[in-house]
Amino acid sequence: MITMQHVCKTYKVSKRDAGFTSAFKALFHKEYEYIHALDDVSFTISDGEMVGYIGPNGAGKSSTIKILSGILTPEEGTCLVNGLIPWKNRIEYVKSIGVVFGQRTQLWWDVPILDSFELLKEIYRIGDADYRRNLALLAEMLQLSDLLRTPARQLSLGQRMRCELAASLLHGPRLLFLDEPTIGLDAVSKLAVREFILQLNREKKTTVLLTTHDMQDIEALTSRIILIGKGSILLDGNLEDIKHGTDSAEAALADFYRSHNL
Amino acid sequence: MKKYLAFFRLRFSMGLQYRAAAFAGVVTQFAWAGMEIMMFRAFYRTDAASFPMTFQATCAYVWMQQAFLTLFMAWMMENEIFDSIVNGNISYELCRPVSIYNMWFSRSLANRLSKAVLRCLPILLVAAFLPAPYGLMLPASPLAFLFFLFTLFAGVGVTVAFCMLVYMLSFFTISPAGIRIVAVSMVEFLSGATIPLPFFPEKVRAFLELLPFASMQNVPLRIYSGNLSGAAAGRALFLQLFWLFALIGLGRLLDAVAMKKVTIQGG
Repeated sequence: MITMQHVCKTYKVSKRDAGFTSAFKALFHKEYEYIHALDDVSFTISDGEMVGYIGPNGAGKSSTIKILSGILTPEEGTCLVNGLIPWKNRIEYVKSIGVVFGQRTQLWWDVPILDSFELLKEIYRIGDADYRRNLALLAEMLQLSDLLRTPARQLSLGQRMRCELAASLLHGPRLLFLDEPTIGLDAVSKLAVREFILQLNREKKTTVLLTTHDMQDIEALTSRIILIGKGSILLDGNLEDIKHGTDSAEAALADFYRSHNL
Repeated sequence: MKKYLAFFRLRFSMGLQYRAAAFAGVVTQFAWAGMEIMMFRAFYRTDAASFPMTFQATCAYVWMQQAFLTLFMAWMMENEIFDSIVNGNISYELCRPVSIYNMWFSRSLANRLSKAVLRCLPILLVAAFLPAPYGLMLPASPLAFLFFLFTLFAGVGVTVAFCMLVYMLSFFTISPAGIRIVAVSMVEFLSGATIPLPFFPEKVRAFLELLPFASMQNVPLRIYSGNLSGAAAGRALFLQLFWLFALIGLGRLLDAVAMKKVTIQGG
């Protein structure tokens, strides 16, 4: 169960004009601008739900995921995930969640994938039996058996992303946050990742919050979408609320963004 | 504790696979030690009596320093840690039920030890067979050797704890390069890496020996070469332990502050 209520997060961004003179001026006087990344964001997600969190670049999607992962502390508002406040007592909280950042990597670059997994086993204190069972299951669902003994640097992006997913799920979290998990993947890998997420949600009842720009991800995976723009939630419903019977979700979404000046 | 041991193990086994780097390191360290010893030989031939350490002791200092170079050199900080702070990969590490400070401490320690294991043996072996006074002599007594081992580990601890301060301060700056250069040059000069601390003027030396930098390589190397013994060695060890705990305490404080205000930028 995730509840976010009236959450605000502001970033301080330094600004100056181009050129040498302004760079020199900025040595003595820095100008800052405050960007409201999240402005009074509230929503609730129940256990076992799969929710697509969408919005244009810079809308506040990643900030939300970071707050929910305990990495970022908001200025205002409350947030409860499974009864815990993510940024208070971070170490205790993160045991029960799994996170995948599509643009970053958690695997150790120069050693076989299995070494990274074994490290995670120790970090999360996964018992031997649980570890073996989870690993076997994940290896089968994501077809990892050939990859586990290869160093991360020698995997393709699609292969690596499958390993990243497995790494985030070894400890059997009830909650999974996916930040653009299909970014840069080819068609086959995308389908494999989607299929896996669906299966995980169906069989293990894992709650999934997913951000993406790929509307096909949304169509394939989620019944509920939360749409955020300029830090505020604009829509909490399903894809049909945007599509209104039209064919292309992509075009409907673009229309929606334009009509809200996003 | 066990999870930090796992970090240690992984970083250690990772370090062991860079064989070419180790080979190149050994060659460099032989060349460097040779040059340094020749330089000192020229000085000592002018007037051996005006030096605070015997030539034999200075040679032992140089060989031990080169053999265990990777344990003490401040510039051997981990680029991967700086990268993860600058490019934001640290967000993954923050999603783990681990303390960032302990995790990085154990992996830095493992990094230095794994490099030293690969490099020290050939250097020690060759230096032991060089004719006196150019080679590596045995320590004065078994007790001195035990003292050497103990202060060696304490010294590595102080070095790692100091580097941890640099990692932690990188959370607060846009680029870690500045702090890093200042810290590295300070350690290099004040720890006895360039020339042993006894070679400094008396008053300067007395002051330098109180600083954390003197608790790094200075103590074990001087105990091995016989320049430091008895009560003075005991005091030095005590000071090492003091700095070890003080630096770790300060590092953890910075860790706590950084975790509160850290912002991972970019989507």
